[in-house]
Amino acid sequence: MSPRAAWRLETLGFKDVSDYVDGKLDWMAAGLPTEGTNADRPRAADVARKDAVTCRLDERLGDVSERAAAGGWTAVVVVNDEGIVLGLLRKKELAGDPEQRVERAMRPGPSTFRPYVTIAEMAAFMVEHALDSSPITTSDGRLVGILLKEDAVRVAHELHHGHGHADKAS
Amino acid sequence: MPRDIERAQVRRLLEAGAQLVEVLPAEEYKEDHLPGAVNVPLRHIDVEGVGGLDKDRPVIVYCWDTA
Repeated sequence: MSPRAAWRLETLGFKDVSDYVDGKLDWMAAGLPTEGTNADRPRAADVARKDAVTCRLDERLGDVSERAAAGGWTAVVVVNDEGIVLGLLRKKELAGDPEQRVERAMRPGPSTFRPYVTIAEMAAFMVEHALDSSPITTSDGRLVGILLKEDAVRVAHELHHGHGHADKAS
Repeated sequence: MPRDIERAQVRRLLEAGAQLVEVLPAEEYKEDHLPGAVNVPLRHIDVEGVGGLDKDRPVIVYCWDTA
C-alpha cells in the first residue's frame, strides 16, 4: 500500500518522498512508542519483567539454577552479548545435570512474542497453551523481558473489570 | 523516484523535520500510529487530501508492513 502512496505523492508534486516499507509493524515490534487510542493499553512489553535472570551459553547449569532459585525464577533466558535470545531454560532444564553447560541443556529457538501484543491476547494465549512464562523480544531478537502468566492474567483481569490503568510490572 | 527507507532512517529524517503520513484507513490510524504522523488514507491521496502537507519538505509514508 505505501509504495503506491509514495508514487502517487510524487505525481502530486512532492519532491522528496520516502517509503518506510517495514511500516508500523516494524516500529511497534521494536518497542517504540505510538500514539492513538491503543497507546495506553498495557502490552506485553509493559507487563514483562525486565529483571529476568539471563545467562550465557557457556555457563555451568548448576550456577544458573542457583541464581534462578535465589531470585525465585523458574525460567532463565539464554542470551548472547548483544542480548539476542538463543534459548530458554524452564523448570525441567534447570533441574538437569548441574555440571553440563547451558548450551547442552537449553531449549534452542524458543517461541517469543513481540512487545506490542496486547496483554489480553497474551493472557489468553498463555492460559490456552499452559505457558508459565514467555520471552518478549524485539523484531531483531533482542530480549525486552520475560512475561509471566500470572502477571498477564492479573493485568488482563484488572482491565476487564474496569480497574482503569492496571499496574505495570517493572 | 520514492526511496525505500528503514527505521533508523525514519528517525533521522523526522529529527530533520520530515512529514510523516500513515496511509492506512482512519480506523487503524486512530488505534495506533507513529508519533506525529498524520493520516491520509491511500484512497484519499489526491489534490484535496494532501492539502495539509508541504510539498517542499521531505515526506515519509508508511502502512502496516511490506504488504
